[in-house]
Amino acid sequence: MKLPIYLDNHSTTPCDPRVVEAMLPYFTEKFGNSASRNHSFGWESEEGVDKARKQIAQLIHADPKEIVFTSGATESDNLSLKGVVEMYREKGDHIITSSTEHRAVIDTAKALEKKGVKVTYLDVGKDGMVNPEDVRNAITDKTILISIMLANNEIGTINPIAEIGKIAKENGIIFHCDATQGVGKIPVDVQELGVDLMAFSSHKIYGPKGIGALYVRRKGPRVRLEPMIHGGGHERGMRSGTLPVPLVVGFGKACELCEQEMASEAERLIKLRDRLEEGITKELEEVYLNGHRTERLPGNLNLSFAYVEGEALLMGVKEIALSSGSACTSATLEPSYVLRALGVGSDLAHSSIRFGLGRFNTAEEVEYTIDRMVKAVNHLRAMSPLYEMAKEGVDLKTVQWAAH
Amino acid sequence: MAYSEKVIDHYNNPRNMGSFKKEEDGVGTGIVGAPECGDVMKLQIKVENDTIVDAKFKTFGCGSAIASSSLATEWLKGKTVEEAGKIKNTEIVQELNLPPVKIHCSVLAEDAIKSALNDYKKKAEESPKVESAASSS
Ligand SMILES: Cc1ncc(COP(=O)(O)O)c(C=O)c1O
Ligand code: FES
Repeated sequence: MKLPIYLDNHSTTPCDPRVVEAMLPYFTEKFGNSASRNHSFGWESEEGVDKARKQIAQLIHADPKEIVFTSGATESDNLSLKGVVEMYREKGDHIITSSTEHRAVIDTAKALEKKGVKVTYLDVGKDGMVNPEDVRNAITDKTILISIMLANNEIGTINPIAEIGKIAKENGIIFHCDATQGVGKIPVDVQELGVDLMAFSSHKIYGPKGIGALYVRRKGPRVRLEPMIHGGGHERGMRSGTLPVPLVVGFGKACELCEQEMASEAERLIKLRDRLEEGITKELEEVYLNGHRTERLPGNLNLSFAYVEGEALLMGVKEIALSSGSACTSATLEPSYVLRALGVGSDLAHSSIRFGLGRFNTAEEVEYTIDRMVKAVNHLRAMSPLYEMAKEGVDLKTVQWAAH
Repeated sequence: MAYSEKVIDHYNNPRNMGSFKKEEDGVGTGIVGAPECGDVMKLQIKVENDTIVDAKFKTFGCGSAIASSSLATEWLKGKTVEEAGKIKNTEIVQELNLPPVKIHCSVLAEDAIKSALNDYKKKAEESPKVESAASSS
């Protein structure tokens, strides 16, 4: 086993060597511009792009023509929200989204608010799920877009997208879904889910960084978007710019591999993840799972370790790459807004660790991680005044803290 | 973020980690911070004849907060009560090479020192005799 261990696969993933292999010829021999119609260099590149578009569309059960390439999910989210608002402004000025969305959606919605758009940020349940009835109740005759994520990037909770899709359809409202964390890991079928727009990204699924896609429905309804980037009219005019063919090809290959291996890989990851949780909780008390226990991404485990602070904990397991919802690890010095939205107390939000298991993690790494986590938590609890007080029977909630 | 060697050393080998009984004579206790803020520091001193003979800490917080309080206990030992009151957070920042985002961790340590000293002084004023009785026992 090699150190350090990478357990931060929600953040990004390494490129699969098979993906790199597929990409390589497109850097050198097959370097043509896929939009060049007049010579074989262009045709060759176009072939690569066409194949990738098919591979990507197949993974989500879409038509290849419905795939618009972007630089990543952030751009796809921006294009969806801004593109819909600009295109349909006359129909209304209200958007519905949720409080646990990725910042690519939340901050875009905030930017639109400054331009006069009204945004409803739905609360989520204790398990992190959006309640479809809340979506229904938030709809007004001015609502032009609903944007709800498929799976959350911190807690892995999977939203009831198909139900929300039905509600959107009944009300004739465009439905955007940020599926960045879900695509490639759980079955995604744009017809079943009833989404009209869907954002996802290559680097989360063992493809290269710098490329993503937006699924844009062409039939029932045909969704139109005002582009953000104007130019040569590539990607049905929705996103101009010469396609980065090597990245497109890699993204396509990554999707194909995910499709082929999804079932067995999900099963393997769930086993590893459950072993990780069991190994940790067998040795440590007061460890809490954040998010939904079953409706969750296969590789996700988000735990709060009471009485210890997340960044200190990460420091204790330096040779394992993880992330924490603690304020100390964030630039804003605020604990995770996702955990806060679930009603997790600030104290436990500061104590949270996200484990993100992926394709290249092994059972041996999981065992190592269990051992290191248990030792680090015990080390820090011995140092924790909160742990001491709790052991003495002090109810920490009744203490008058000198907050600063 | 990369930590300085000294922070890592205090984290791995905390100095004077532990607790005194709050009621014990000559003990001053300072608890600062709040769990909601992600940091709580408990710092205790034991004073005999106006000199800090021992100090202990427990900290819930990041590595820099742990190192700041661990270092504070080292510095407190052997100082008089008056000298201890002069320890500044900037000295802690310098000694531990704390980056700007971690300065508040050192401020917390200075606050904890002040709070422990105040607690000691308050106790000494309330029952001045008890201390001398205890030190002769
Ligand atoms: C749910 C979600 N949406 C959007 C993004 C942004 O993706 P990208 O890095 O491709 O812009 C991420 C990745 O951090 C994500 O997890
Ligand atoms: S305790 Fe939060 S940054 Fe140090």
